[in-house]
Amino acid sequence: MPGKTKVLKKPVRTIGEQSYLLEVVKGLGTTLKHFFQGTGQMVSGNVPDAVKHPLAEGIATISYPEEKRPYAERWRGVHRLTHRDDGSPRCVACLCCSTACPAQCIYIKPGEYPEGDKRRGYERYPVEFVIDELRCIFCGFCVEACPCDAIRMDTGMHMTAFDEKSAFVYDKDKLMSMVSQHGTQKSENPRHEPGEAGHPGIDRLRGGH
Amino acid sequence: MLFWISTIVKVLVAVGFLAQVAAILLWVERKQSAMMQNRIGPNRATIKIGNFEIRAAGLVHSIADGIKMVWKADWEPSGGDHLLYRLAPIIAIVPALCLCAVIPFAPTLYVDHARDLYDPAWATDVATAARSIPMQIANLDVGVLFVFAVAGAGVIGAALAGWSSDNKFSLMGGLRAASQMVSYEVAMGISLVGSMMIFQTVRLDEMVTWQTQHCWGIFVQPVAFVLFVTAAIAETKRVPFDTPEGESELVAGYFTEYAGLKMAMFASGEFVEVCVSSALITTIFLGGWQFPFVQLTGLEFHYLGLNVSWHWAHFIVVLVGFITFSLKCVFLIFMQLQVRWTLPRFRYDQIMRLGWQMLLPAALLNVLVTGTVLLFLNGPTH
Repeated sequence: MPGKTKVLKKPVRTIGEQSYLLEVVKGLGTTLKHFFQGTGQMVSGNVPDAVKHPLAEGIATISYPEEKRPYAERWRGVHRLTHRDDGSPRCVACLCCSTACPAQCIYIKPGEYPEGDKRRGYERYPVEFVIDELRCIFCGFCVEACPCDAIRMDTGMHMTAFDEKSAFVYDKDKLMSMVSQHGTQKSENPRHEPGEAGHPGIDRLRGGH
Repeated sequence: MLFWISTIVKVLVAVGFLAQVAAILLWVERKQSAMMQNRIGPNRATIKIGNFEIRAAGLVHSIADGIKMVWKADWEPSGGDHLLYRLAPIIAIVPALCLCAVIPFAPTLYVDHARDLYDPAWATDVATAARSIPMQIANLDVGVLFVFAVAGAGVIGAALAGWSSDNKFSLMGGLRAASQMVSYEVAMGISLVGSMMIFQTVRLDEMVTWQTQHCWGIFVQPVAFVLFVTAAIAETKRVPFDTPEGESELVAGYFTEYAGLKMAMFASGEFVEVCVSSALITTIFLGGWQFPFVQLTGLEFHYLGLNVSWHWAHFIVVLVGFITFSLKCVFLIFMQLQVRWTLPRFRYDQIMRLGWQMLLPAALLNVLVTGTVLLFLNGPTH
């Protein structure tokens, strides 16, 4: 089947372009324009905020550790464990995240709540929750796997460099100390404690299975 | 006595300045390229004194670089020629420093008449002329020819460095440097023949004098100006003529095997060459130390029906001359750096073609046209 053929015009160099001299002057004009624009901005202190206006004319540098480009809400950074209202982790140690993790970087040691705790029987809690951030591939599967919205990657932080490998292994306290981009340690999703309205009330011991 | 003291002072000032120029130009180059490319440029190096921080807009980076260069391991290739290897950086930088000897950076200062109005009779008066300070380290009769001879010696440093490093990349870079500099030396020399014909001299101070009395060299020799500037940039081996270094092909070309202060000498040699070539272009084409419409007596504007004569004391004229010369040099250095950050590197065959097939014929044609016009204007001189 004969397709439509678009005949491209072969670019022709004019004598002015071929002689190069005029083009050099033009190029110098462009760079000089930018030079004076940039210098003017630096001297007068009128440097545009590259974070807020990335397409503004002139200096476009973001001085990284001091200024940061905001990340998208869904950008996957270093993990955090979300808190309940009483400050304990939302995590119920179901091991979904460590099962989903393709890099096998999550280790959870589940524990039973002590006798008399109202959560006992309904859910467990992580005695240890360790993520090896060096192994992590930041795929976000753990976040998707979590049924309790207990693990999130919305801290907006890069993995920073440390001097020794052990520093990259984040334990439960470290993960619980992280805050989201908006500064909260909790999650927007509601959480129903056992006994509250909205809690299904079914558990391993009392649910009949 | 006056001669010796003044000469020593002039040498110290000139060499002292040129030795520091690399540190300053390094900063200028980084900052200028940053501004051109919408960046901020280096600004992190800091000198901390208590709570007080000095960043000096990135100038501290030059100091940090210097410290780094000094403390680098002074590594040498085991297979090369050690004597030549150590000699090469010196040969690369010394000719560039020597060149500034013949450049006049201000009018001659007559010490006895510093506060008087200039009188042409001073130059011929033996007693007065004896107590004068020419603002030029060596007032050579050969002038421009000295420049060519010494500038041509610069290539030896690059070639030796390439040869003695025992590295194929270095050797290739050295060869390229040698052939490129020899090629552009030819065009450079011939491009100035027209200027010499018009100025009727090869002495650089007399060239400036001619330009103050008539008009700047760029107006009588515009083609030679373009040719000379092109050849001068090629001689400094900087972008767009930096194939001897050619990072993408030759690692770092002829100084691949150099580290620490030896490498710094090559780098600062390049900056000194930029400075000196700017000074040369200023002297030959931009009127040297002359501020427009300023003569040795002061401001003389006798055009457009105006007759302004504003006489200055002799030492003020000298001072204005020195400042003007410096400003012109700074402008040309700025433009050279601007060119360096504007144009991409030429291919090696393009450089050779430009040198031999464009610049050389153009320079020869310029000589022919200049000679014809001079003959037409002046008639046969004998």
